[in-house]
Amino acid sequence: MEVCSLPLSATQRGKLISAGYTSLSSLSSASASDLARDLKISDGEALEILHVASRSSRSDNAEGSHAIINGAQNAWDMLHEESSLTRITTSSADLDNILGGGISCKEVTEIGGVPGIGKTQLGIQLAVNVQIPPHCGGLGGRAIYIDTEGSFMVERALQVAEACIEDMSEYSRFLRKDLQTFQVGLQSKDILENIYYFRVCSYTEQIALVNYLDKFITEHRDVKIVIIDSITFHFRQDFDDLALRTRVLSGMALKLMKVAKNFSLAVVLLNQVTTKHTEGSFQLGLALGDSWSHSCTNRVILYWNGNERCAYIDKSPSLRSASAPYSVTSRGIRNSTSNYKRVKMM
Amino acid sequence: MANKLISEIGLPKSIANIFAARNINTAKEALSLTEFELMELLDVGMADVTSAVAHISAVVSPPYQTALFLMEQRLQNEQFAGHLPTRLKGLDDVLFGGIPFGVLTELVGPAGIGKTQFCLKISLLASLPASYGGLDGHVIYIDVESKFSSRRIIEIGATSFPEIFHKKGMAQEMAGRILVLRPTSLSEFTESLQQIKVLLLQQEVKLLVIDSMAALISGEYDQGAPRQHSLGWHISFVKSLAEFSRIPVVVTNQVRSQSRDEICQHSFQAHKNVETQEGTEKYDSHVVAALGIHWAHSVTIRLVLEAKSGHRYIKVAKSPISPPMAFPFIIASSGIALLDDDGIELRGQEINTIHCQGLDDIINFDGKKMK
Repeated sequence: MEVCSLPLSATQRGKLISAGYTSLSSLSSASASDLARDLKISDGEALEILHVASRSSRSDNAEGSHAIINGAQNAWDMLHEESSLTRITTSSADLDNILGGGISCKEVTEIGGVPGIGKTQLGIQLAVNVQIPPHCGGLGGRAIYIDTEGSFMVERALQVAEACIEDMSEYSRFLRKDLQTFQVGLQSKDILENIYYFRVCSYTEQIALVNYLDKFITEHRDVKIVIIDSITFHFRQDFDDLALRTRVLSGMALKLMKVAKNFSLAVVLLNQVTTKHTEGSFQLGLALGDSWSHSCTNRVILYWNGNERCAYIDKSPSLRSASAPYSVTSRGIRNSTSNYKRVKMM
Repeated sequence: MANKLISEIGLPKSIANIFAARNINTAKEALSLTEFELMELLDVGMADVTSAVAHISAVVSPPYQTALFLMEQRLQNEQFAGHLPTRLKGLDDVLFGGIPFGVLTELVGPAGIGKTQFCLKISLLASLPASYGGLDGHVIYIDVESKFSSRRIIEIGATSFPEIFHKKGMAQEMAGRILVLRPTSLSEFTESLQQIKVLLLQQEVKLLVIDSMAALISGEYDQGAPRQHSLGWHISFVKSLAEFSRIPVVVTNQVRSQSRDEICQHSFQAHKNVETQEGTEKYDSHVVAALGIHWAHSVTIRLVLEAKSGHRYIKVAKSPISPPMAFPFIIASSGIALLDDDGIELRGQEINTIHCQGLDDIINFDGKKMK
C-alpha cells in the first residue's frame, strides 16, 4: 500500500514522498520524532501521520476475524441478515407484495410520480406506519420528515394516524379473539410527536441536513425512517451548473446510503417527474437526470393506469419488476379493492 | 442560513482562517464541495475536514419540530385553524375549512369559466372584518391580465353582505383594502414580488392573488422547456412568501389545447399506449394546463374549473387532504355559488382532465340571466 492512498493533506503527502517515505512499510518502522525531523514538521503532526498510517495498515492486514478483507461480508451472512430485516408496511397489501413486504430498511428507495398521484400521501403514511409497535407487527420506531416543498400537512398526518390506530386495535382484537376493546397504547398525539419535521429552504440547507443526519440519529436512536419530500425541488430551481449539481447529488446519495446502512433504517426519497423528448415523442421520466438514477437502490414509479393509481418497480436488485394498483382514501394509502382489511389480516 | 459566514459559526480559529484564505466564505460555498475536494483545496487532513464539515452542517441545518408541535401552534395562533373559508360550504368541507395558509392554491380552467370571479370573491372575503368571518386584512391582487373589476367586487359585496356594504363608508373601506398591481412583463412582476415581500412585513396582508401566472410567460416562448426554467425562481419565491408569512396564496393558470404527440406516459407504459389511444378518441375540447408538469409539482392544491354537458364544475384535483370531489357551480350576482354541497366523488384520472364542452352556451346563458 502506498502513501498516496492515505487520507492525508497534500502538503503532508508531498513531504512524506520527498523525504523518501513512499510505502506504508517504511512508515511502520519510523518513530514520531524521526519523522518529525525528516519532514520538518512538529512532533504532534508526525504522530498524527503515523496514527493514520497504522490505522490503514491494520485494516489492510486484518486477517484475525472471519472476514478476509475488513469491512467485507460474505454473501451467506448477508442473506441471513436480510431475512431478519424488518420492513415498513405501506398499508396496501398489494403494494407490500410487489415490494417484498414493504419498504425495506437499510436501503434507499426512490418514489416518483406525476403531481397529485400520492407521493406525499405515501410519505406521510410511511411516517405513521413506522411507529406501529412490535406487538402489532411493526417497528415501533420514529420518523424524520424532511420537507423541501412545504407540502406536509399536519391535518392529513393526524387523519392517517387516527385511521392507523383504529386498524391496529382491530387487528389486535382479531388476534386475541376476545371482544373487549384492546388498548393499543398509542395515541394519535404520540404518533405526531414522533415525527421529526425539518423544513429545508435551500439546497445548502438540504446538504447540511443530510450531513447532520448522522449526528441527529446518533442522538435519537429509534429513528427508523428518513423521508425526503422531495429530493428534487431545490435542485431543480437554483442550479445553472449541471456538473456541480450531479456531483453534489451523488455525494448526498452516498451519505444517505451510509446512514441507511449504519443505523439500519429506511431512506425514502420522493422525486418529481419531468417530460423528456425522445424518439420524436414526449415521455415522462423521473427528474434529476440519468446519472442520478444510478444512485438509488430501489426505484418505484407511481402512475395512472386508466382510472387506477398504480405503482411500478422500475429498478431493484432483488425484486421482480411488477406493478400493483393502490388507492388513496381518506384513511390513507389502501388497496385498490375495498376488502383491504381481510387481506391484511391473513 | 445558507449564506452564513464561516468566520462566524464558531469553528476553531485555525481552520476558520484556512477557509478564509482559500476564499471560501459562506457555508453555501463550503458545502457545495465534497470532502475530498476540500482536502485538496484547503490542504488539511481528513479528520479536520470531516469535523469542520460536520460542524458547518450542524449549524446550517434547520431545527426540527415535531408534527404535534406544528399542529398545536397552528390551532393556537391562526384564525380558522389556518384556513380562509370560501363560503362555498361543500368546498370548505372537503378542504377542511377553506384555502389553507402557507401554501399555493391553483385555479386552472378555460377562459370565461370563472377563475377571476373566484379570485374576486375570496379577495373580498379576506378583507371583511373578523366579526363577519373575514380575515380583516389587506389583499394584494396581482392582475396580469387586466381583468380586475372593482365594480364587480362591490356588486358581489353588496349582494352577499348587504349589512356591511350598506353601512356608510364600509364599501370604501373594504375596497380600499384590496391593492391591485398590474405588471406588464415578467421583469416587472419580479420587481413587484420583491416589493411585496417588504409590504408583507409592514402591513397586515392576509391574502395574495396572482391572476394569472401563465399570462406572464405565454407568448415569450412557445415550447414547454424554456418556460419552466424562466419561472423556476418565481415558483420558489412565491412559495417561500406564502410559507413564511403564513398567508394563503391563490394563483390562476390558463389552459392550452393538447398537441397530439404529447402523450405523457412513462416509457414502461409504451406497449399499453397503443390500445388506449385507439380506444379513447381525442376530441378537440380536451385541454391541458398551460404551465407544465414542473409547475404542477409545486402547487399544493389544484382546483380545476371546467364546463361539462352544460354545467360548470369545480373539482379538487390535487390536494393532500381532500378526496377527489366535483361540485357544480354557477356564477350569480353574489359571485360564485355552488349548486349542491354534497358534490360528486370522482374516480381515477377523470379528476385531472379539463373539459370545456359547450362553454359558450353557459356564458351566454348566465349573461342573459344576470340581465
